[in-house]
Amino acid sequence: MGDLMTIQDRALKIRQQILKMSMGANGGHIAPSYSMTDIVAELFFDDILTYDPKKPEWEDRDYFILSKGHGVLALYAALSMAGFFPEEKLYTFGRVGSELGSLARAHSVPGVEASTGSLGHGLSYAAGIALALKKDNKKNRVYALLGDGECEEGSVWEAVMFASHNRLDNLTIIVDYNGLQAMDSLQNIMSLGDFSGKFRSFGLDAADIDGHNFDEIKEALLRAKGNAQSGSGKPMAIVAHTVKGKGISFMENVPIWHYRIPNEQELEIALKELKMTKEDLGDYEKLSYRNVI
Amino acid sequence: MRTAYLETLYELASKDKNVYAVISDNGAIVYDKYRQDLPEQFINAGISEANMVAMAAGMAERGKIPFAYTIGAFLAYRAYEFILNDVCMMNKNVKLVGIGEGCSYSLLGASHHTIFDFAALRPLPNLTILSPASPMEVKKCVKAAYEINGPVYIRLGTNREPEVYEGDYGFEVGKGVELKSGSDVTLISTGSIVYDVLYAAKELEKQGVSTRVVNIHTITPIDEEIIIKACRETNAILTVEEHSIIGGLGSAVAELISENNLNVRFGRIGLNDFVHGYGKHDELKAANGIGVRDIVDAVMRVGY
Repeated sequence: MGDLMTIQDRALKIRQQILKMSMGANGGHIAPSYSMTDIVAELFFDDILTYDPKKPEWEDRDYFILSKGHGVLALYAALSMAGFFPEEKLYTFGRVGSELGSLARAHSVPGVEASTGSLGHGLSYAAGIALALKKDNKKNRVYALLGDGECEEGSVWEAVMFASHNRLDNLTIIVDYNGLQAMDSLQNIMSLGDFSGKFRSFGLDAADIDGHNFDEIKEALLRAKGNAQSGSGKPMAIVAHTVKGKGISFMENVPIWHYRIPNEQELEIALKELKMTKEDLGDYEKLSYRNVI
Repeated sequence: MRTAYLETLYELASKDKNVYAVISDNGAIVYDKYRQDLPEQFINAGISEANMVAMAAGMAERGKIPFAYTIGAFLAYRAYEFILNDVCMMNKNVKLVGIGEGCSYSLLGASHHTIFDFAALRPLPNLTILSPASPMEVKKCVKAAYEINGPVYIRLGTNREPEVYEGDYGFEVGKGVELKSGSDVTLISTGSIVYDVLYAAKELEKQGVSTRVVNIHTITPIDEEIIIKACRETNAILTVEEHSIIGGLGSAVAELISENNLNVRFGRIGLNDFVHGYGKHDELKAANGIGVRDIVDAVMRVGY
């Protein structure tokens, strides 16, 4: 029974589905999806987000904007698990004729709110939604999930300033702070210094949490809601310290796994660690592009 | 044109509370009346064009109709990729209003001239591009943009542009307007330079050249019919625009002529590389090859 699944079960299942999607398409960003998997599970399956899978564009829904579009596999899996579309659709990922691509297109997949992937867009878009909701005195909340590397984009800070100035306490920023970007660690490329302090200095409430600890994620998300209920006017930035590739040992904290698909030997280890068998992957070898091209 | 824009926006916003004036810290006192009467429908997004554009797309997601206004160059180039991804690709009901067409900020220099906007924006999906020729046409364009449920770019001059219409006329998005009939040559133009084109047409008539003038106020979707008709009915076509010679109205007309195998003499004038120099707007146009004299000379060069 789906309803009896614990949040941990759900997160594991999302990770399993991500591997299956990627193996099937021989592509997709596994590690960037794994670092945000627990955050997405918490948002969707612990009474944080308000949504109706039968009415994806319900006007009273909360908005989840995946600004770090590269983590979309985790979003697809969560949406399917939440009932927005059947699980089988997941495994069309990356194939000709499928709407499920490695970067999502708004509304082409039920529950996907924005076309993202080009970095530094989602927070401004989310802020516009949050502002419009405030203008209409609506209580919906808006969540924007950003990558840490994405925060090198100047437009992110334009949006942070805007959100703070306009007192958008209905907006919550979550940064998947896994410390790695495509080529290397942020520390080596563009170090962020006092990251949560940066948000505080812009006038936001900010918290550093362990992005794989469900209690900490929930506590921070509830604090963000509380800030709005108390009329603080402060948007919240949750700096979620995460591990890129979380869940598969050889992927964890290794930059090359930003975009790499396991070979046969690696796959064996991955399956074991995710409590799966090769049979769970289905017919991936036959279906994959490996044999099409 | 700016006054006409603001008056029309004020009128729309007074009637529809979903209409928002969004600016990127420009406009100063010209927005005073609007700010005073409709403060809830006014948002200064600060000097951050990229954020303004994507934020406006988010507002549109919730049913708002933001008119995001700033200098055309800052919209079309600086915020380009946000216009593409957040407004056009997601087909959001955002109106992008670029002020300072061509070199109308004639004392400011190259950074503030909007001369590549058509070239940049023409390829974008779902985007209607309007380029009014006069204050009266600005009003019609702004109202039309409001009626369109989707992305629109409106290219505005600054202020004090002369009126080119003698009275009211039928305006329809995507339909050009024949301002003057003629049988030898057709001048096809857009924006406030249409006034100069009409003046050049008078000069040409004095020299015995029967000159038709067509105003293309909608760059996308362009009125193919009125252009093809002119190619068939007159011997020569000259496009005149206050925009780079590459990628603008002249290019669009050239595409039509070649794809339709039309046998007509054809020339284009517009701006080359940067706008050079400073001065009054008219002086700057003349100094950069798009003055009235240049229009007349170009017709003689093309032949008819």
